[in-house]
Amino acid sequence: MSKQPILEIKNLHAGVENKQILKGFSLTIHPGEVHALMGLNGSGKSTLAAILAGREGYDVTEGTVKYFGKDLLDLDPEERAREGVFLAFQYPVEIPGVNSTYFLKAALNELRKHRGEPELDAIEFLTLVREKMKLLELKDDLLKRSVNEGFSGGEKKRAEIFQMAVLEPKLAILDETDSGLDIDALKVVAAGVNKLHRPEAAQLVITHYQRLLNYIIPDFVHVMADGRIVKSGDRKLALELEEQGYDSIVKGQLAAA
Amino acid sequence: MSTATETIEELVKTEYKYGFVTDVETESAPPGLSEDTIRMISRKKNEPEWLLDWRLKSYRHWLTLSEPTWPKVHHEKINYQEIVYFSQPKPKKDAPKSLDEVDPKLLETYEKLGIPLRERGRLAGVAVDAIFDSVSVGTTFKKQLSEKGVIFCSFTEAVHDHPDLVKKYLGSVVPYTDNFYAALNSAVFTDGSFCYIPKGVRCPMELSTYFRINAANTGQFERTLIIADEGAHVSYLEGCTAPMRDENQLHAAVVELVALDHGEIKYSTVQNWYPGDENGKGGIYNFVTKRGLCKGKNSKITWTQVETGSAITWKYPSCVLLGDNSVGEFYSVAVTNNYQQADTGTKMTHIGKNTKSTIISKGISAGHGQNSYRGLVKIAKTATNARNFSQCDSMLIGSKCGAHTFPYIEVKNTTASVEHEASTSKIGEDQIFYCNARGIATQDAVNMIVNGFCKEVFKELPMEFAVEAQKLLGVSLEGSVG
Repeated sequence: MSKQPILEIKNLHAGVENKQILKGFSLTIHPGEVHALMGLNGSGKSTLAAILAGREGYDVTEGTVKYFGKDLLDLDPEERAREGVFLAFQYPVEIPGVNSTYFLKAALNELRKHRGEPELDAIEFLTLVREKMKLLELKDDLLKRSVNEGFSGGEKKRAEIFQMAVLEPKLAILDETDSGLDIDALKVVAAGVNKLHRPEAAQLVITHYQRLLNYIIPDFVHVMADGRIVKSGDRKLALELEEQGYDSIVKGQLAAA
Repeated sequence: MSTATETIEELVKTEYKYGFVTDVETESAPPGLSEDTIRMISRKKNEPEWLLDWRLKSYRHWLTLSEPTWPKVHHEKINYQEIVYFSQPKPKKDAPKSLDEVDPKLLETYEKLGIPLRERGRLAGVAVDAIFDSVSVGTTFKKQLSEKGVIFCSFTEAVHDHPDLVKKYLGSVVPYTDNFYAALNSAVFTDGSFCYIPKGVRCPMELSTYFRINAANTGQFERTLIIADEGAHVSYLEGCTAPMRDENQLHAAVVELVALDHGEIKYSTVQNWYPGDENGKGGIYNFVTKRGLCKGKNSKITWTQVETGSAITWKYPSCVLLGDNSVGEFYSVAVTNNYQQADTGTKMTHIGKNTKSTIISKGISAGHGQNSYRGLVKIAKTATNARNFSQCDSMLIGSKCGAHTFPYIEVKNTTASVEHEASTSKIGEDQIFYCNARGIATQDAVNMIVNGFCKEVFKELPMEFAVEAQKLLGVSLEGSVG
């Protein structure tokens, strides 16, 4: 346990305008770990993801977020990405006219520049892309199209995981990547996530349903309610949730608090 | 959130890179317009009588006209008596015989603008005619072109050396009666480029004119005439810049293109006149008439324009499709930032059978910019099986700008097919954040999104200039991103 944590969130309070959403959220993630964050809609899961990725419009009123010991909140969103933070969006954004391959190459080269590595040229990049495609068993027609434009829900999520494969983040945050997916798409996405797991990196999987956790096996499961984690456990907690529902667990915990 | 909106708005603040003034002695006419001014210009240029007569006829007609009020632009009334109608760098001796004799200060100016006139520069393979205020200062690669029979020279030279061609085609596409600014131009035009591609010749290089306004209070009125004879092909590009000044300056040009049987002209513009400062002070009024006549069968004229400069742009590069099976195309990117206004588009007039036209217009508005597309597709009774496809897309950056589309369609032949598509989109904070979250900085994200939006038009530009245009667009929308 002497390893430095990748992410260390302490007593985070944050919200929009005058509405508090996170109320004392704490979580520590070490290299090699997979954490699942579960909770009902409105519990603050996506707000947490947005704040970690650096979306504007949220006020952090209390608490700290350390990423490899550094203040994460001090960095611009693009700097966070270059430092290895990756957010798989719940609703990936369409960018008409911008070719997916071009976009991803630009993104990867930003990361490489930041690390002092030479930028990849088109051929080197395509070689890398093919290798990752094979790994995820994806068809390459997605890459010929504009970023997310006209993609089905499943295609968008797969494209997010593909970006993750190419960018190889140190901390991947998957914001409800399972929402809107049928079971086949869910399996493909989950298999991708599993294959991409590396001992020096970590994943924070945000989900509403336990079904994703049939395919992605977390080391830790956290239940979130009213802006903070009310219960943590291992994989069994997710199954417990499935059986008993959020209500009983959340109520019990809130009452105990 | 308002903070994100501010970021986008900050981002579109512009710095104009070409705002310097060249310190060169000039010889200018006093401000004001009268028959005497016109006689003076004509005398300075040692013009034949017929041309002076034509100028005077134009002037007298102009006096009967008033400025058009239908464009969706606003400006204070222009006082035509305050404008200087003729200004030229003082010749050292007589007119320079070759580029070696051109004032080094002028060569330096073009060098600084990235347009080397010495024939070994970056633009090797592109012949350039450089217009400085009212006159042409030099044309490159003349010899290589003349070996192929291609005539490419200043308008003034053409009047002297090729009077028959000039007389035959001048005003044949845009008559002096066409509109207010065309009449004014016909009366006072000072120089411009002339180009003739003989029968069956494919012009061996890109031709280009680079317009530079330097002197203060001066209007620039140039005239371009390009003729592609039967089976001839030419690709032509014009670029323009001007110093930063607090007063508005008028640029009222006329461009006429004529394509005979199987002739093809591709005319590309990268317009970067000084747009005024961020409060809308100064800048060029770009009131231009451009029209191409597809006179012969199977002829083709393509207009491609990237309009990023000027305080106000008023121009509608058009095609008259007279020859059977002729083709007209218009590809446009117009950017308005700060307080810039653009009312631009095209007219496609189908007269011949099986004529085809394509219109792709991309308007980008940022800051307080106002961008209007105005287009007319006219199918005459004679135009059996005419086809038109129009697509007008607008992109908004920030919340204080505007985009407007005024398409007019007139069809008098039942076999015609006319399609019109339009869309409006906004660069969203979501899109920017998505790029940020992948490591791409906001400025680069905006460039990427805007370039993606304009891709269909950029691919129509000659290779070298497509890259320039992309960069220019980046500069036009550049700002201080923290």
